[in-house]
Amino acid sequence: MTDQSHDDDIVLEIENLGISYFTRIGEIPAVPDFSLRLKRGESYGLVGESGCGKSTVAMAIMNYLGSNGGIVNGRISFEGRDMSTMSEEELREIRGSKIAMVYQEPMSALNPSLTIGSQLKEVLEFHEEISSQDAAARCVEMLRDVNMPDPENVMNRYPHQISGGQQQRVVIAMAMLSNPSLLLLDEPTTALDVTVEATVIDLIADLRKKYNTTLLYISHNLGLIVKVCDRVGVMYSGSMVEEGTIDELFKQTKHPYTFGLFDCIPTLGADKHARKLEPIPGQVSLPHERPPGCSFGPRCKYFKPGICDQGHIPIEHVDTSETHRVRCLRVDEIDHVASTGAGGEVARDEGEVVLDIQSMSKFYEITDMSLAAIMKGETRHYVKANEHLNFNANRGRTIAIVGESGCGKSTFAKVLTGLETATEGSIMFQGTDIGPIPVQKRDQKMIRALQMVFQNPDGTLNPSHSVGYCIGRVIKKFGIETDAAKIRDRVGEMLDIVRLPKAFSTRKPRQLSGGQKQRIAVARAFAGNPSMVIADEPVSALDVSVQAAVINLLNDVQKQYNTTLLFISHDLSVVRFISDEIVVMYLGQIMEAGASDKIFSPPYHPYTEALLSAVPIADPDIVQKRIRLEGEMPSVMDPPTGCRFSTRCPRYLGKICDEKEPENQVSADGHIIKCHIPLAELSEVEPIFNTKEAAE
Amino acid sequence: MAVFVLKRLLMMALTMLVASFLVFSLMEFTPGNVASKTLGPYATQAQKDILYEKLQLGDPLFVRYGRWLGVLAGGIPDPLQDPELGLDFEDPRGDQYFGNFGYSSKYKLPVNDVLWPRLGNTLILAGIAFGIIVPLSLVFGVLSGMREGSLLDRSLSYTGITLTSIPEFASAVFLIAIFVLSLGWLPGTANMQNFEDWSWASQMILPVMVLVLYDFGYVARMVRGSMVEVMTRPYIRTAILKGLPYKTVIMKHALRNALIAPFTVILLQIPFLITGVVVTETVFSYPGFGKMLLESASFGDITMVEAATLVAVFIAVSTQLLGDIGYMYINPRIRFT
Repeated sequence: MTDQSHDDDIVLEIENLGISYFTRIGEIPAVPDFSLRLKRGESYGLVGESGCGKSTVAMAIMNYLGSNGGIVNGRISFEGRDMSTMSEEELREIRGSKIAMVYQEPMSALNPSLTIGSQLKEVLEFHEEISSQDAAARCVEMLRDVNMPDPENVMNRYPHQISGGQQQRVVIAMAMLSNPSLLLLDEPTTALDVTVEATVIDLIADLRKKYNTTLLYISHNLGLIVKVCDRVGVMYSGSMVEEGTIDELFKQTKHPYTFGLFDCIPTLGADKHARKLEPIPGQVSLPHERPPGCSFGPRCKYFKPGICDQGHIPIEHVDTSETHRVRCLRVDEIDHVASTGAGGEVARDEGEVVLDIQSMSKFYEITDMSLAAIMKGETRHYVKANEHLNFNANRGRTIAIVGESGCGKSTFAKVLTGLETATEGSIMFQGTDIGPIPVQKRDQKMIRALQMVFQNPDGTLNPSHSVGYCIGRVIKKFGIETDAAKIRDRVGEMLDIVRLPKAFSTRKPRQLSGGQKQRIAVARAFAGNPSMVIADEPVSALDVSVQAAVINLLNDVQKQYNTTLLFISHDLSVVRFISDEIVVMYLGQIMEAGASDKIFSPPYHPYTEALLSAVPIADPDIVQKRIRLEGEMPSVMDPPTGCRFSTRCPRYLGKICDEKEPENQVSADGHIIKCHIPLAELSEVEPIFNTKEAAE
Repeated sequence: MAVFVLKRLLMMALTMLVASFLVFSLMEFTPGNVASKTLGPYATQAQKDILYEKLQLGDPLFVRYGRWLGVLAGGIPDPLQDPELGLDFEDPRGDQYFGNFGYSSKYKLPVNDVLWPRLGNTLILAGIAFGIIVPLSLVFGVLSGMREGSLLDRSLSYTGITLTSIPEFASAVFLIAIFVLSLGWLPGTANMQNFEDWSWASQMILPVMVLVLYDFGYVARMVRGSMVEVMTRPYIRTAILKGLPYKTVIMKHALRNALIAPFTVILLQIPFLITGVVVTETVFSYPGFGKMLLESASFGDITMVEAATLVAVFIAVSTQLLGDIGYMYINPRIRFT
């Protein structure tokens, strides 16, 4: 291999790259030793938890490490030229033309006060001799290539005037304009909804084929990597620990960290009763505190003192494979069996109904004082955030509410907790209709019975209160204990339940990691012994291993207290794992509801079908039926009449869908589908998920 | 948009009305009344009583305020110009016209004859200062904010904060000591007279310099802060990684966004420079608006103070309106919502 290093086919070659940041506490070796070789037209995925140095590598390739970062050893050669010896001028010629980048947050990656056209055109104007008109024409062409509707018009718009998915298309168009040979994608779909993500992923795959671009795809999501990449590298604490083709890495996994990642993610086949997620213990060690020997050592269950903690561990080829390499000394001794443990738990009997929602609606009134509206006398509009929701929840069950952003799931949580009041209908909770009662008027018993865990633990814990105070206050306020000593005991007990040391009660939130903060949030929610907990995207801001730990924790605590859990999420694999029942929402209405295994098999509501088809699955053996939704989600201000989903439905029937709101149909297996298509016909579709053999 | 401007104009009129009423009633609580102030310290009590009677100063506050408004709107004649009073107050425009601010008891002239030339003088001074402050602080703010923590940034920041913390009267005295007393290059006063001794320009230099030194550091710091913030934004990284030259990144991508926040601060300097330059004008005996306001207020010249208040409020409120409209144009996210 080494003698071909100047082969034309090699686009990027990174050899023994070391990147350090220089700070007040000294040199921080973010990436100690990293090598990578990319062939032309290849797509390479880089995975790992946050803090593993994936983005640092991408920025180093661009030679953009900020004023305190630098390459301390090794070299990056791009198309045979050493990037580190290039002048500022030469770098500029390569950036944006030969190497381009797609970023995680499209909204912030685009300049808010320049039109999209002018931001696109400048790429061409600086890299090529081109007139403004020709540049504009090329940009429109490129926008059309990324399937942007109405590209001429979009050129004159500002970034905030288009949707998130469209913004990412603009960023991709910007990157592809000058036909780069290397495209770096840094979590390009993390900020997007799942159906939008699926279309963006398809788009990237299409463009790659069309332009033969080399991709370096950075993601924490193994499911996406399977869809987009040929080869994968797993990074841990600044080093590559394993790399190989998709099949090698997923089927002949060698490194304990890679196993660990797989054991953390819920798979579609199994739910919480069949298997337990196995989080990787501990946290990624900080760059300046790496242990000697294997940096994964402290978290590895196969760790052997005297072997794993000695000197530098090289990355070696596995058997005879040219492509599969792993950095582990004990690779031949480890025989990993994926966990199936903790299964065998039988689904519990249905308890009594805790929450009964009858035809609940929440409308927001909006006054439009524009002249046109005043003339027409239509100054009042209603945003139907929730419309005629019907469902109930039993004690001890987990009910998941899924749907894309804007579907009304968070509004629903707000109405339940009393932050908003229902416009119509009733919410019977423990014998009281809580729909019209705002939280200020609810008595303590009611508030105590209904608690919440929020998405972002950073924002929900008061930074100046200690953990103990934060949990203790709940206990005191709700009158569970009044005596100071007893409160302290109870706080200790709660910390025990969420598996944190009792000593944590004196810590402040800033001394905790993201996962620990979320545990505190769980402890706080359960401290008052509630009968129902609403968890609004509780794990979507967390890394996979932390996510697994928090999911396990929620399950355990729920079991212990026999609490009803309302789990709001957009991540269908997590939902499949954790929930007993699923409610699928679209534009404020329930499209489908029922037991979770039933939702994941036919008959499907056409919207559910599209959602399932978009879920990234971290298993190369599973093929999904491909259904992509056209267009954008309509505005809640002006939803389609008839069926809400009619404008984007792939199985649109015709007039009836536009004119008449469908009735709820109850299928044989007891789940509800709101659609005009007869159940028999809906049942006839193939399942979305198939194994490769079955598909062939 | 039209609705917005109309609403704001109505609010502006209301603000001016309230402000003028407040000033009117405040003058009530100062010792002496209009009659004695108009006649001066040597008038006898009998003369004062006659005038008091004629001006109907015994009427309730609201009635007198209403009468003042009536005079301003040209609805009723100015009572002070009544020849029966024998005050010899005479306005060439007549005693009843729209915009009649009345007769100044301090200057013994119609307010309109004093106010506007003085305001004009101040506008010249403020205009020159503004014309120097804005470009200077933009350049310095952008240069230092562009590379936070650089030597240029640190030195500019320290200079800026030092200058801003020196009060105007102190810097005026320093400058006079240097340029007038030691060097003798410039005049110590700027009374806008004796142009044969000191040219107009030489008289303007020191007052302008004092204002610039005082104000520029503040505005530059605002611009710098905003620029520093913008430079850390992901879209700047996007622009750099597009391969744009650094100059283009700054001029095209950073500058416009960096100006959004300080824009309001910059506009607020207009009312400050027009009505807040009392100290500078007094030190240099510059015949401006601020000095006039100070003199009239200490004399108790109610008509003059009222008129000046209205003008000051008008300037303040209309700059704000201007600011809001301008803001919409530089920030597209506001424009289209």
